[in-house]
Amino acid sequence: MTLTPQRGGLVIVLSFLLAFLLTVLPLPEWARFFRPQWAVLVLIYWVMASPHRVGVGVGWTSGLILDLLTGTLLGQHALALSLIAYITQKMHQRIRLFPLWQQSLTTLVLLLIEKLLALWVLGAIAQPVPSLTFWMPPIVGTLLWPWIFIVLRDLQRRFQVS
Amino acid sequence: MVMDHRQNHLEGIRALLSVAIYPLQMIVNLPRSGGEWIAETFATRRMLQQSNTALHKENLLLRAEQQKLESLKMENMRLRNLVDSAFKLGERVLIAELIAVDLDPYRHQVLINKGSTSEVFEGQPALDAYAVMGQVTHVTPFTATVLLITDASHGLPVQVNRNGLRTIALGTGHIDRLELSHLPNNADIKVGDQLVTSGLGGRFPPGYPVAEVTSVTPNPGQPFASVLARPISKLEQARETMLVWRLDTLYNYSPTAAPSSEAEQTEKEPTP
Repeated sequence: MTLTPQRGGLVIVLSFLLAFLLTVLPLPEWARFFRPQWAVLVLIYWVMASPHRVGVGVGWTSGLILDLLTGTLLGQHALALSLIAYITQKMHQRIRLFPLWQQSLTTLVLLLIEKLLALWVLGAIAQPVPSLTFWMPPIVGTLLWPWIFIVLRDLQRRFQVS
Repeated sequence: MVMDHRQNHLEGIRALLSVAIYPLQMIVNLPRSGGEWIAETFATRRMLQQSNTALHKENLLLRAEQQKLESLKMENMRLRNLVDSAFKLGERVLIAELIAVDLDPYRHQVLINKGSTSEVFEGQPALDAYAVMGQVTHVTPFTATVLLITDASHGLPVQVNRNGLRTIALGTGHIDRLELSHLPNNADIKVGDQLVTSGLGGRFPPGYPVAEVTSVTPNPGQPFASVLARPISKLEQARETMLVWRLDTLYNYSPTAAPSSEAEQTEKEPTP
């Protein structure tokens, strides 16, 4: 927008890296199915906070990295994350003004969209329909959203990411 | 996505991009490898001695078994030579460690720390100490992904060890269950039968244990019985896996002109 150099790109990259690490961090067997979609949450925050810097392109790239990390079909997460980045970018002005609980609900919808697309891809490659725990990560993610939001907002203010 | 699934055009790109991911995977693996390093460094003398004695005993036992096996192998080769059938030579193995990285919880895959720099190739069989684990699906220079036999997209040609009945063991998506497909209701298969790889399909070497039959339910209304089996290998506990290279030389055994790779083994063998 302005001619001032953009600041804090490193913070964005580092938060994404942390999300990727959390995505593949080994967990006990019972907890594996409750792992929230860290990368999606971080993506939603940054698209909402600085939509002119983080958009569909970043969504696609981070989705591709997720595909490589988790060994899914190349493009499965990339498709879902691009779509989510797009929706968030369209709505960012509204979501920003929501109170936290309302933001959480919006996040729930976005996270469910991601899972829905994943399910669709699984169906297309003839994998069996997963059990109901497949839908747990969005709920965990929704509950975590206020904390993620506060932590990332403080980071953003601290490092003056615009 | 379709390109990745149907054809393998993107395999090269995936391998290339995965190299960039490698540092991330290493960081995630760090707590585990660090913990192991600490445990090894601070192991007491007593513990080491104990494990040494145990291993020594086990080694002795295995050696004794090995002696029997060698002579049986020779005998087998001579008999095969009598009936004029070709004999497949041995295999080369490499031990790879699993990287402590969680992949998609709905696919049964593991990541190992050997890649194309160690000549790992796509479709390569992977075993553990007990039985067949799976096969390599993606190879990058330093890592490889192994698809376990219980993944829903995996099928493995097997035969019943007792009578040589051939079938295919399909993964079900449950870590402790395999399904045997297309077995007629009157097939000669019982609970407790051991399944070994049949070598058909050309990917897995024949004769490695795979699973044990746990239930046989004939369905009179259906053309095929539903037969379930449990994998013998410790799929959810394994820390290491063995990758197998087939030495694809077909030859008829003759004591005078043994190829050089076998020559070393035959030298050690006491002449019968």
